[in-house]
Amino acid sequence: MISASPTPLDFASSPINQSLTPQRKIELYTQMVRIRRFEQAALKFYNAGKMAGFLHLYIGQESVAVGTISLGGADDHFITAYRDHGHALAVGMGMNECMAEMFGKQTGCSKGKGGSMHFFAPDKNFWGGHGIVAGQTPLGLGLAYGLKYLGREGCCLCYLGDGAVNQGAFHESLNIAALFGIPVVYVIENNGYSMGTSQKRSSAYNGCLAQRAEAYGIEWDVVNGSDVYEVRAKAHIAMERARKEHKPTVLEIDTYRYYGHSVADANHKKYRTPEEIENYKNNHDPIMVFERKLLEEGVLNDDLVKSINDAAKTEAAASAKFAEESPAPTIADISTDVYWESDNNTPASQIGQHFFND
Amino acid sequence: MSRILTYREALREGLDEELARDPNVVLMGEEVAQYNGAYKVTEGLWNKWGDKRIVDTPISEAGFIGMGIGASMLGVRPVMELMFWSFHSVAFDQLVSNAACVRYMSGGLCNCPIVVRGPANGGTGVGATHSHIPEGMFAAFPGLKVCVPATPADAKGLIKAAIRDNDPVYFMENTLLYGTTGEVPDVADGDHVVPLGVADVKREGSDISLIAHGRSVIHSLAAAEILQSEHGINAEVLDLRSIRPLDVDAILKTVRKTNRVVLVDESKPFGGVSAMVAMLIQEQAFDYLDAPIKRVCSIDAPAIYSPHIEHEQLPNPRRIVEKVLGMR
Repeated sequence: MISASPTPLDFASSPINQSLTPQRKIELYTQMVRIRRFEQAALKFYNAGKMAGFLHLYIGQESVAVGTISLGGADDHFITAYRDHGHALAVGMGMNECMAEMFGKQTGCSKGKGGSMHFFAPDKNFWGGHGIVAGQTPLGLGLAYGLKYLGREGCCLCYLGDGAVNQGAFHESLNIAALFGIPVVYVIENNGYSMGTSQKRSSAYNGCLAQRAEAYGIEWDVVNGSDVYEVRAKAHIAMERARKEHKPTVLEIDTYRYYGHSVADANHKKYRTPEEIENYKNNHDPIMVFERKLLEEGVLNDDLVKSINDAAKTEAAASAKFAEESPAPTIADISTDVYWESDNNTPASQIGQHFFND
Repeated sequence: MSRILTYREALREGLDEELARDPNVVLMGEEVAQYNGAYKVTEGLWNKWGDKRIVDTPISEAGFIGMGIGASMLGVRPVMELMFWSFHSVAFDQLVSNAACVRYMSGGLCNCPIVVRGPANGGTGVGATHSHIPEGMFAAFPGLKVCVPATPADAKGLIKAAIRDNDPVYFMENTLLYGTTGEVPDVADGDHVVPLGVADVKREGSDISLIAHGRSVIHSLAAAEILQSEHGINAEVLDLRSIRPLDVDAILKTVRKTNRVVLVDESKPFGGVSAMVAMLIQEQAFDYLDAPIKRVCSIDAPAIYSPHIEHEQLPNPRRIVEKVLGMR
C-alpha cells in the first residue's frame, strides 16, 4: 500500500493543476519571485548590519512553501521551523511586517520580539516560526489534533528540515499521529544538508528519508521540488487524506538552498562544490523551471516576467525602508507579551508578582 | 460547610468540575484513562467522560506535551499529566522553549493555556531519577506559572484556577500528600477557586516565620507544634502555594511581623525557591530582620534511595526545629 511514486508523470495535467487559471499561475509565480526578492533584500541589509541574529535564507526552496500553501483553504493550518520567510509570505503576511521583524522594530509581526526565526500570523493560520530543530513537530501534531478535537475541517502542514528527521520529537510525533489518526502532513524540506553535514554523514540513509514513515504505517511520498506542479499534485493527495480520512502523511520534497545554513555559514562552498550549486541554479531552480513552463504555456511573456520581478524588488526595497524608519521597541516593551493576564487588566493580574526586576 | 476529602479526591473533584464547565478541557497523559491514573488522581473520569475527553498517551513526553501545547494554541485547554515531574527532562524543550516562549516570540499573538500536572517530590524510595523537585527551576522561566498545593482544599482550588488561566501553568503535586485529608468546601457552597499568586498563613505566630510550599508546609506545621509545646516559640507558617506569580507582599508581611525567618524548601539549596525568597527578603525587608535568614532544604546530593536515610535528606520537622533553635 505504501510506495513512492515510481515514474515521472506530467503533473501539469493533474486535476489540481488543471484547475489553475492563467491568472492563478501568474500569482504562484509572483509569490515565488516575491519571496526571492524579499530575501535578496534581507541579505543585503543583514550584511549592512541592520539585523541581529541568524538569517536562514530560503532561496532555492520557494516552490515548497508556495506550492503547498497554495492548496490551503480557510480551515488549513501551517507551522514551520526557523527557515520561515517563505512560508510567511506564502500565507499572505506582508513584506513590511516581516522585514520590520528582522530589523527588530515595533512594527514587526512579533513586535521585534521574535526575529527572523519567529514569524507568526495566527489570523492567517500560520503558527510560526520555531527555533529548535524538530521542536515544532509535536506542535504541528497538536494543531491538527486540535482541529479534530474541536470538530473542525482542515489539516495542518508541518514543515521540517532534513536534519530534523533524526530528532526524537519527530518520531514521537509520527507515532502519535498514526496512533490517534491526526490530520497532519509532515513536509520534509530536504535541501541536502543538516547545517553543514550532508545526509550521508548525518542520517542513516538509503536514498530516502520519508520512507521512515513506513515504520509507523504512515503513507509517504518523495517529491521533486523543482516542479511546483508536482509539489501541488502530491501535497494535494496528502492534504485530502488528512482532511477526509484523518490520516497523516510524510512528504519529502527534494530541494536545495543556494546559501549556507544561515548567512553566518560562510563555509558552505567548502562542504559542497561550486559545481553542485551551479548545477542547481542552472537546471533545477524552481522559479526558473516554472518560468520556462509558463512561457511555453503562453501564460507569461518576457515583459510580464520583467515587470513581476521589478515590482517584487521595489516592494522589498520599500519594506526595508519601512523597517528602517519604524521605531524600535522601548525598554517597557520587554516586559509585555510574557503573560496573558499581565497584558489584560483582570482581577487576577493584580494578584502576586510576575516579574522580579529591581 | 465542608467535607473531609483526600488531596487526591480534591484534585479529582476539581478536574471533574472543570471538565463539566468547559467542553474544551481535555485530560491527557500516561495511564490517565483506562488505568485510572498511575496515582489514581483521574480514577473514574474516563468512565464518566469517555475517550474524547480523557486520553491515554504513549510514554512519549516530548510528543504528547508538545501536542498539548499545539492544541492549546488553537483553543483547546489540555491538562497533561506527567506520571512524575521527574520526567520533565524528556520533554524539556517543549516545556521551556515552546510553552514558555510562544506568546512572547509571537508578540502576544499566540496564547498557550495548558496545564501540566503530576507529582514532583522525593521521599518515595524511588532513587535519584524519580525524585526531582523542579518548581524553582521552572519558575525561573518567565512565561510559565508554577503552583504547589499543600492541602486538599488548595489542590482543588488551584487546579481549577490553573485550568482557567490563559498562560501555561505547571502544577506540582506530591505523591506523599495524595492520601492526606483535609476540609474542602462543599460543592453546594459555590465554585471553590484559589487564585494563583496568593499565599496563605496556615498558622498564625509571632516569634518566627516558617515560609514553605508543598509538603514542606506540613512539616513546618508539625515543627511549629513542637516549637510551641516544647520550647515556647510561637511560629507562623506561610504557605506560598504559588511560586510564580509569587505573593511577595505576604512574604514581607510575615517577616515584618516576626523579624525572623526560616525557609523550608524540599529542593536543593543551590538556586531554587528558597534562594529566591531569601534574596527578596534581603532586598526588601532587611531592616526588619533580627537574625540572618536560615534555610532547611534537601541535602545537596542526588536523592538517596535508602529508606533508612531518605527522610533525613529531605526537610522534616526535626531538622526544622533544630534550625530554629540554632538561631537563638
